[in-house]
Amino acid sequence: MRRKKLYIIVLLAGLALVSLFIGVSDISVHDIISNADDRSLFFSSRWPRLVSVLVVGAGMSISGVVMQQISANRFVSPSTAGTLAFAKLGILVAIMLTPSASITVKLLLAFAFALGGSWIFLFIINRIRMKDSAFIPIIGIMFSGIISSVTTFFAYQFDLIQNIDSWLEGRFALIITGRYELLLICLPILLLIYLYADLFTIAGMGESVSRSLGLNYKLVVNLGLILSSLMSAAVVVTVGTIPFVGVIVPNIISLYMGDNIRKTLPYTALCGSAFLLVCDILGRVIIYPYEISVSVTTGTIGSAVFLYLILRRRKVPHGAAN
Amino acid sequence: MIEIQNISKSYDQNKVLDHVSTEIPKGCITAFIGPNGAGKSTLLSIITRMNKADSGQVLVDGIEVGKYDTNELAQKISVLRQNNNLQLRITVKELVSFGRYPYSKGRLQEEDKRVVQDSIHYMGLESLNDRYIDELSGGEQQRAFIAMVVAQDTDYIFLDEPLNNLDMKHSVEIMSMLRRLCKERGKTVVIVIHDINFASCYSDRILAIRDGKIFINDTVDAVITPAVLKDVYNMDFQVYDIDGDRISVYYKSGHSHHHHHHHKHNSAVVYRSKPEHK
Repeated sequence: MRRKKLYIIVLLAGLALVSLFIGVSDISVHDIISNADDRSLFFSSRWPRLVSVLVVGAGMSISGVVMQQISANRFVSPSTAGTLAFAKLGILVAIMLTPSASITVKLLLAFAFALGGSWIFLFIINRIRMKDSAFIPIIGIMFSGIISSVTTFFAYQFDLIQNIDSWLEGRFALIITGRYELLLICLPILLLIYLYADLFTIAGMGESVSRSLGLNYKLVVNLGLILSSLMSAAVVVTVGTIPFVGVIVPNIISLYMGDNIRKTLPYTALCGSAFLLVCDILGRVIIYPYEISVSVTTGTIGSAVFLYLILRRRKVPHGAAN
Repeated sequence: MIEIQNISKSYDQNKVLDHVSTEIPKGCITAFIGPNGAGKSTLLSIITRMNKADSGQVLVDGIEVGKYDTNELAQKISVLRQNNNLQLRITVKELVSFGRYPYSKGRLQEEDKRVVQDSIHYMGLESLNDRYIDELSGGEQQRAFIAMVVAQDTDYIFLDEPLNNLDMKHSVEIMSMLRRLCKERGKTVVIVIHDINFASCYSDRILAIRDGKIFINDTVDAVITPAVLKDVYNMDFQVYDIDGDRISVYYKSGHSHHHHHHHKHNSAVVYRSKPEHK
């Protein structure tokens, strides 16, 4: 167990070094020490980029875990439940209300919309009571599609397409000092989720078990929605939409380590960071010196893994579910 | 003791429970029986505070159930229903450990660990300790959930159709476990159950509900009679005494015509001993 964590940390550290030292301008450790320009590039661009990728990878994965527990469905995550689509709509509304809206205003509106959207999604899936869990994310993806169309429609009407496009695709290329610090609100949220991990695991067992054990189930569900929506909103506002991380990383961890969040959360967070870092590095080297946005690389890898996970689940006999 | 006073509950004009009052004594197994939609599960969910009554109140050991602090109540009453998420990948040991949540809030003390071990042992789950519950059979899953309830160590244990989806062997196993819990540990067990013969063989008292009203709440001998069962289910029953158990037979309609029209209540019981071997 300890050893596994050590391996992941070593892997992550290796990836981090790769991430810090690849890019259009060649920087070596020596350059950072001796050359003021290189040093400033390193600390104003490369370092913020690395920190953002790590935080976003962990944040999106843990948002996914929380949403999966409170919806009792493995395939629910910010990108498959409409949370991210609603966050984007929130940003559009912020821009429409005040064109010069500050990042805090955008965050607040993105958060409000993300929370409302996730809440509506939960309401819908509780009403539908689908037998096959694989249909739920499909509903979520359609739901996201509808909301995104609405966003695009209004953005087009108000000539804000260019503006909203930057939130459509997640990218780390524009991350520099001063534009990523907002992401750091994910850190206390992650800590909070870790401290209350048992609540979310119990909530995942269902409402009646939760209440039998004395939990205020509705409160836990709402708390989970608030925390995951807040992290999602912070991510969308600063780097844009990152698809699939929140669904594939928790699912893979669950396969090997189960769903006891107190036990798995550090691994899920570390693997989420590592996965996103790999996707980011790939995006930076594939068409070097140009860059593919990270949402394209995560989308490509993520959708393939997502498909595999869904098909794999459907092969499992449904005897155990009643 | 649990006192149910004047409970009513409706779902959109539809009266599910209609001024229900009764008592559930401590230290025995009470089975709720009755046709589908009679209100058994609703009554169970109201007693356990999973559901709110429109009017009336429930007293647990003399105190209104709503007055309990939720955590305090979780140390007094546990409930097992059928809508648990069985896809969750937690091990049997983790599941049973969550039974201690009302006491430990997730930080298991020595005493909690001892109770968890004991509960796993009690339900014969040692060999499945580290298995994920989504990989277990239906009977094993049910045993694991009951072990969690045993670890929760409440005076009252409520189970909503615990035999759902179980085969005969596992049904007998679960019912024997509940019997033992009641006898050896003095637990008060309340079950909603469809199989009246399981209710007859394993419980002390039977509470029959019909159309949102309690038809009878009495000992097994008083309830398992052709006349009472006919009134509850609106169909014909024959009741046989086999080795001291009351076994009802109802699989073919129209068989007991000659009993029910000239008898009422206990007089209609057909006592017939089990055929002797050899």
